[in-house]
Amino acid sequence: MTKLTYIAHDGTRFEVEAENGSTVMENAIRNAVPGIEAECGGACACATCHVYVDDAWTAIVGEPEAMEEDMLDFAYEVRPSSRLSCQIKVRDELDGLVVSIPERQG
Amino acid sequence: MSDITTTDVLIIGAGPIGLFAVFELGLFDMRCHLIDILDRPGGQCAELYPEKPIYDIPGYPVIGAQELVDKLLEQIAPFKPGFTFNRMVTALERLEHGSFRVTTDENEVFDAKVVVIAAGGGSFQPKRPPIPGIEAYEQASVRYAVRRIEDFRDQEVVVVGGGDSALDWTLNLEPVARRVTLVHRRPEFRAAPDNVGKMHALRDAGAIDLVIGQVSGLSGEDGILRSVTVKGADAETEVACTRLLPFFGLTMKLGPVAEWGLHLHENQIPVDTEKFETSEPGIFAIGDINWYPGKLKLILSGFHEAALMTQAAKHIISPKERVVFQYTTSSTSLHKKLGVPD
Ligand SMILES: Cc1cc2nc3c(=O)[nH]c(=O)nc-3n(C[C@H](O)[C@H](O)[C@H](O)COP(=O)(O)OP(=O)(O)OC[C@H]3O[C@@H](n4cnc5c(N)ncnc54)[C@H](O)[C@@H]3O)c2cc1C
Ligand code: FES
Repeated sequence: MTKLTYIAHDGTRFEVEAENGSTVMENAIRNAVPGIEAECGGACACATCHVYVDDAWTAIVGEPEAMEEDMLDFAYEVRPSSRLSCQIKVRDELDGLVVSIPERQG
Repeated sequence: MSDITTTDVLIIGAGPIGLFAVFELGLFDMRCHLIDILDRPGGQCAELYPEKPIYDIPGYPVIGAQELVDKLLEQIAPFKPGFTFNRMVTALERLEHGSFRVTTDENEVFDAKVVVIAAGGGSFQPKRPPIPGIEAYEQASVRYAVRRIEDFRDQEVVVVGGGDSALDWTLNLEPVARRVTLVHRRPEFRAAPDNVGKMHALRDAGAIDLVIGQVSGLSGEDGILRSVTVKGADAETEVACTRLLPFFGLTMKLGPVAEWGLHLHENQIPVDTEKFETSEPGIFAIGDINWYPGKLKLILSGFHEAALMTQAAKHIISPKERVVFQYTTSSTSLHKKLGVPD
């Protein structure tokens, strides 16, 4: 199991145990973390699962692929650390990953 | 009033379930016309996930969402359904002699004996970008589509987005507007390369401005926009703006369906599970838009609903005719309708 931490916009921290292969979005939904809507269910088609990856983790998580980068155009307040959480698959190296949730989703 | 189109069954929504309904209704000789706000058939499958594989369509271990739509179109082709795209159905009313009248946002009128609402999660509508306070400017200054070019003449136009719509309108409004500024989050565009080239040429010639960044604020008064703030990587720019055209994609909103006097259950239309009829006799609801105990928003469930709805629709349209149950495999009369050679 891999540990993930979500920081909601109001600062509340949610720590969850995630299975490798699942997505960061799925774990947020399963654990009722507020602020992730995921309208399209993970198809990279809605940009309502936007998160900011903690600075210490951006290099390990990596860059979005072209399709995700296109979809990020529809998100709000996109920063260099922005990712769509449905496109981040949980794996061993991500143990301890911290992401924060923006003020609003598209 | 414009000409009235008449049909047996008017289907609101051309998603996979609306399309398959044409097949079931067609087998029983009912002619269909479909209306959708999208510019093409397929609903969520075509708009949200055309490239994604679906694994739970019976008989297909895997099929692409757009491929499924293409196959449905092929399957219903023998019944020659009518299609009206780019139109929102705004009104649905019962006429005195029991049939129905459906009106679109462009005032086209359709009369039908039966109405099938296959409106899915609602109509696709442009997404409102989450810029604080944008609602206040929507009446006068913000447009989500260009319906009349004249509305932009001599205006300070700011187009936001990096896709085809944003590029198209940057190019088309440039000759008309006082100034066009294209704002995009990053220097790469996901639009036709030809148009991206044309846009860069206009920018190099000084005919338009291109600002890389995100719109973070709006200023103006009494609902009339004066300028927008664009936050770039390391600076904020104020751009004069009297018309804002944000292109942030589409989202599904229930929309006008809520205004037709039908009972609703949390944005879905309750139906019975024998006929899939709504609280109004003669108006049916199938697919994602309906609700009944145990409802699952699955394509295969919608297909089943279409088949059962058809039986009830047939009784309304041909009350005296005895409905005979037949298999498509073996019925010669069904073969004739489908154009299967003897
Ligand atoms: C990412 C994703 C993956 C999915 N995967 C699966 C899967 O694996 N298996 C499965 O079975 N299902 C899946 N689904 C669900 C499936 O796509 C829906 O169940 C299906 O699209 C419902 O079809 P429908 O025809 O009822 O509605 P929709 O596909 O929603 O189509 C409704 C149409 O009606 C139009 N409309 C609505 N109101 C109006 C109006 N007033 N005027 C004009 N037009 C109007 C809309 O614009 C829309 O085009 C998935 C959905 C998504 C988003
Ligand atoms: S859930 Fe829709 S893009 Fe991630």
